[in-house]
Amino acid sequence: MAEVNVLEAIRETLDEALSEDDRVFIIGEDVEAGGVFRATDGLAKRHPGRVKDSPLAESSIIGISIGAAHYGMRPIAEIQFADFIHAGFDQLCSEASRWSYRTKGEQYLPMVVRTPWGGGVHGGQHHSQSIEAYYTHMPGIKVVAPSFPADYRSLLKASIADPNPVLFLEHKRTYRLVKQDVANAPAETSIGRARITRRGADLTMFAYGLMLHECLAASEELAGEGIECTVVDLLSLQPLDVETVLEAARMTGKVLVVHEDTLTGGFGGEIAALIAEHAFEYLDAPIRRLAAPDIPAMPYHHAMEAFFMPDKQKIAAAARDLAAY
Amino acid sequence: MPVVEMPQLGESVTEGTVLQWFKEPGDAVAVDEPLCEIETEKVTAELPSPYAGRMGEIHVSAGETVEVGAPLCSVETAESDVPSAGAAPPATSAASGGDRGGWTGGPMAIPPDERTGPAPASPEPTASSASASVRAGPRPAPQRGTIAVNPEPRTRFYSPAVNRLAAQHQIDLSGVKGTGIDGRITRRDIERLLERGDAATGSEPTSVREQDAPSVQRPGSPSGGVQSPGGRDYETVPLSATRRTIANRMQQSNLEAPQAWTMVEVDMSQVFARRADDSEAAEAAGARLTLLPYFTAAVVATLREFPALNARWDGDELRRYHRFHIGIAVASDHGLIVPVVKDAGDLSVVGLARQIADLAERARARKLTIDEIEGGTFTVNNTGTFGSVASKPIVNHPQVAIVTLERVVRRPVVVGGDAIAIRPMANVCLSFDHRALDGDEAGGFLAALKERLETGEGD
Repeated sequence: MAEVNVLEAIRETLDEALSEDDRVFIIGEDVEAGGVFRATDGLAKRHPGRVKDSPLAESSIIGISIGAAHYGMRPIAEIQFADFIHAGFDQLCSEASRWSYRTKGEQYLPMVVRTPWGGGVHGGQHHSQSIEAYYTHMPGIKVVAPSFPADYRSLLKASIADPNPVLFLEHKRTYRLVKQDVANAPAETSIGRARITRRGADLTMFAYGLMLHECLAASEELAGEGIECTVVDLLSLQPLDVETVLEAARMTGKVLVVHEDTLTGGFGGEIAALIAEHAFEYLDAPIRRLAAPDIPAMPYHHAMEAFFMPDKQKIAAAARDLAAY
Repeated sequence: MPVVEMPQLGESVTEGTVLQWFKEPGDAVAVDEPLCEIETEKVTAELPSPYAGRMGEIHVSAGETVEVGAPLCSVETAESDVPSAGAAPPATSAASGGDRGGWTGGPMAIPPDERTGPAPASPEPTASSASASVRAGPRPAPQRGTIAVNPEPRTRFYSPAVNRLAAQHQIDLSGVKGTGIDGRITRRDIERLLERGDAATGSEPTSVREQDAPSVQRPGSPSGGVQSPGGRDYETVPLSATRRTIANRMQQSNLEAPQAWTMVEVDMSQVFARRADDSEAAEAAGARLTLLPYFTAAVVATLREFPALNARWDGDELRRYHRFHIGIAVASDHGLIVPVVKDAGDLSVVGLARQIADLAERARARKLTIDEIEGGTFTVNNTGTFGSVASKPIVNHPQVAIVTLERVVRRPVVVGGDAIAIRPMANVCLSFDHRALDGDEAGGFLAALKERLETGEGD
């Protein structure tokens, strides 16, 4: 069976959505030509008039999507780099997130905002950012961050079908790096479910996106040293699968939360707080967060980028300390 | 020499116990000939040999529990001179070993199922290497009451997990030596202590303990009591995998699901009459009709009317099922088993009678396959066979309701206004997960079930 990478999984899912539902359209910068990462490659030709270029104005991309959703369309907006989404922050947080709430649930706002996030591609200060924490803080927007191609596929499908605004985060470093034999992948998942990807009794790691793969690689190395890790792929940050998070934390009593975003106010704090609140009596060590240092942006120089980003080695080192505690 | 490994007998199964060996080293072995019998928390099965040749070394003796993938034995084949241990295929499992952390690698070996409880006890590699697996640190002190004098600061710090376990099992922590940082007592230290059997727990005794007390009966023999070496006036009962599964399920159901209970009285005259009509034809067709298939048929027909009860509370999702997979509680020598009649809605009363009899018989003989005990959407329990006239069943988690048929008792009832008649009466009891449904639905279901049983209509 053929392997599919993350980008192909996304492109095929978009193609399917456009074919199956004529309310679906794509809007974003350069999407007609395929987009900078080629996620929409060929789609404008296959679906004439339904893959639309926009001006370099994120506020308008999201604003147009909101308007179209009001009129019964199912817009899929592409923000070229997550770093640029801030220009549309007000549209998302002050308008999109509240629509259902403002109408007492009488109306919904089905729209998806796809955007490549994260570092490790030598993208420098404006092409490497993690943005999830701004939006997980905003009730009314779902935030999805898969790690494997099959999950990209099922969660993008679910996001397009969802009646609420969904921020769909695509880790750009994994686009072509992570491949999967989709035929043998785990069953389709739905928004709001995490997956225990690996089981071990010594400690539990929580991650999403590129860091999930780093955690799995570190776990493999640690297994050789006799340290067995449970690894949880969070998949969906908002809503969060609290039950699985707590179950996995209770299994080992030692918790390592890993993310690429900076530490303070990062999403890992939420995981740590939930576990401290609801699984306190199962804890056998302080909850450990491993994240980027509190520096304004990801540096460009490769050595500095490596310093900034958590990786397999840093994860393994933190896990060894935790296992020994 | 090819090695035969512990297969994964079903989703989420992580370990298995060898109950008995059918082959001794040196015996001739044909392909698919049973090598040994394996018990897991889900089923008991015979392990067919993937190779033909002569039985080699046995690595796991009867009674030992090892993880999936652990070597069980080797088989000397014709081309055994070729060092092929690494190339030996796993015996049966379809699990794709593979490159778990693989970035670009092939199929991700992701455990297909999220196990439901916290992982019990320890993942020490294999029982066969258990003596080496009591890791690094010194063994917990055998006798309590000795005060470990250790000036290190963290020896007196007990984590919430350690405190909880110590309280739960009444362990005096001052006698326990820690293997954590600065001699801290870790949760694993306590778990190992419990595994060693110093406290009565659900943990499987390790082989270390067997060495300490050679008279200990092997786990896995269902009836064997263990006389403690210290001459205590009680015995510790070894817990079979089935017993542990029952314990976990029951506990989980009771912890998670707020359960309400309700009961109706049913006049079974009509059912008896129908059975009398049907039994000759049924016997000719080779089926023996009891009340249970009639009851089950009525339950399924009533579930169609009240789909809220044919559901599972799975994680944070309430799932209503369109098909009716009915679990039938079966008492056996080795504990409660609930085989599932798949698509019970498609079966006639005779069909149900056959299926139930077949599943019950094979449950008692421990011959069920995994998919015959999974996927139930509702459970029926014939508690009347114990002579019970009212019982409060525990919901078969994650299903949302369970119904019992109690013993039929002939007793006087008021009929047709002011008359008194003797009727075969049975109580029907229902427990339900109050998160998933309310009393009106549960009560409506019971009332409709009663009506159906009393009139014989609609199924």
